[in-house]
Amino acid sequence: MTASEPLIRAEGLGVSAGGRRILYDVDVALAPGEIVTIVGPNGAGKTTLLRTLIGALTPSRGRVARKPGLTIGYTPQRLAIESTMPLTVTRFLELGGGEDARSALEMTGIAHLAEAQMSGLSGGELQRAALARALMRRPGLLALDEPTQGLDQSGEAAFYRLIDRVRDETGAAVCMVSHDLHVVMSGSDRVICLNGHVCCEGAPVQVSSMPEYRALFGLGTQGALALYRHEHDHSHHGHDHEHGHDHGHDDHRGDAA
Amino acid sequence: MTGLLDDFLVRAALAGIGVALMAGPLGCFVVWRRMAYFGDTVAHAALLGVALALAIEAGVIPAVLAVSVLVALAVAHGTGRLYASDTLLGVLAHGGLALGLVVLSFLPGGRGDLSAWLFGDILAVAPGDLAVIWGAAALGAIGLWFGWRQLLNSTLDEELARAEGGAPARDRLILTLALAVLVAAALKVVGALLITAMLILPAAAARPLARSPEAMALGAAVIGVLAALGGLRLAWIADSPAGPSMVVAALMLFLLANGATRLAARHSGRS
Repeated sequence: MTASEPLIRAEGLGVSAGGRRILYDVDVALAPGEIVTIVGPNGAGKTTLLRTLIGALTPSRGRVARKPGLTIGYTPQRLAIESTMPLTVTRFLELGGGEDARSALEMTGIAHLAEAQMSGLSGGELQRAALARALMRRPGLLALDEPTQGLDQSGEAAFYRLIDRVRDETGAAVCMVSHDLHVVMSGSDRVICLNGHVCCEGAPVQVSSMPEYRALFGLGTQGALALYRHEHDHSHHGHDHEHGHDHGHDDHRGDAA
Repeated sequence: MTGLLDDFLVRAALAGIGVALMAGPLGCFVVWRRMAYFGDTVAHAALLGVALALAIEAGVIPAVLAVSVLVALAVAHGTGRLYASDTLLGVLAHGGLALGLVVLSFLPGGRGDLSAWLFGDILAVAPGDLAVIWGAAALGAIGLWFGWRQLLNSTLDEELARAEGGAPARDRLILTLALAVLVAAALKVVGALLITAMLILPAAAARPLARSPEAMALGAAVIGVLAALGGLRLAWIADSPAGPSMVVAALMLFLLANGATRLAARHSGRS
């Protein structure tokens, strides 16, 4: 942890729903300006943790302290925009309460869609619009739930560069949920490995060699690199990878281009 | 003004305009949030309010308001565990309507008024009813004006709204109560069976013409007013029942708006 006061500190967090324990005994703190990724298998409670941290969900146990005046920019896993509401992309951004929609749209690469209707956007475009709205609020913390879903390979790479740039320019902390281990290896300062509780956490390089992490993702002795090569060599024909080959996620719907 | 209000047609027109102005923007939220069946339920159960008011000789509007609010809250809190919301809505809608009809049948001379409560009797609107309608419309307008951005955000995505510091649960309650108020105020104008029509049809007619939520809300209000006045005119000419005539006029405007948009799209597609 850095010396400065954390943006969010959660202690003894527990969330139950429908008699099922989703999270238990979770202690997490987010420092200003750091990029944290929450990873874990399906049903590990990643989204629940993110939503509890930002106050979109009330925990059944424990407490969450947020720094007073902290502005949060949030992108949900799937933005379910009701198609019956007529709404331009610019107006959608403005409803978030920030200023200068133009530059937020330029930053996320959808300036050409400024006057388009939200109901006509593709999944990837919707994701960028949600990110633009979050950025426009000039947040102290960007909370992103599966932010690269629906983006193609080059969109993904551009996305991580953008996140880095936003952190450098605005000093915002970033907390992402991902089941994409690639994110962990490239862009994060810290990884939280979650499976109901925090299994392990630390810098990506450290975490990737921890037994808890390897057990959680079933990596055995081969490691992420081998898994990535094994699973994905067949699916990219002449694709220009801008990222490293440490791409080990098991669910690769996102790259259908 | 009193002289003018003595004319029942003027009162009818003012009542129709007041209901339409309120139902237009509120109807947009009903459409956006898929609350059409919910509106129906509150309206149908309102008949039980009418029956109870007549049975205990209380004021109809307060009784309808009370029942509407109760039903609205029951649905808002009872959904999710054992029954899906549409099941619960069905129970309350039909249960309320049937109970209301049974209670009304026991009242001396009660049956005679039945069609007025079911389909409205706008030509019998009294100055006191006008005050209630316009008071409710003013209250609704003030609420929408100040809560507009929050209400839109809560409607767009509740989770996002909460993360950004909004209170979607509170906003849902506000819209629910507004719906109950509208039902109570508009019951005499269009009747329990057709109130939802004045919510849905103008909003639906405005949808293809609008590119922003504000345009859709204003469009729905204007279309609602046109439907109210057109329906009254139709009733006057054809001696048809006024409430259903207003809904028919709204239906015409809905078809017109959709037809015009289709034609325009086809035309621009060819050129």
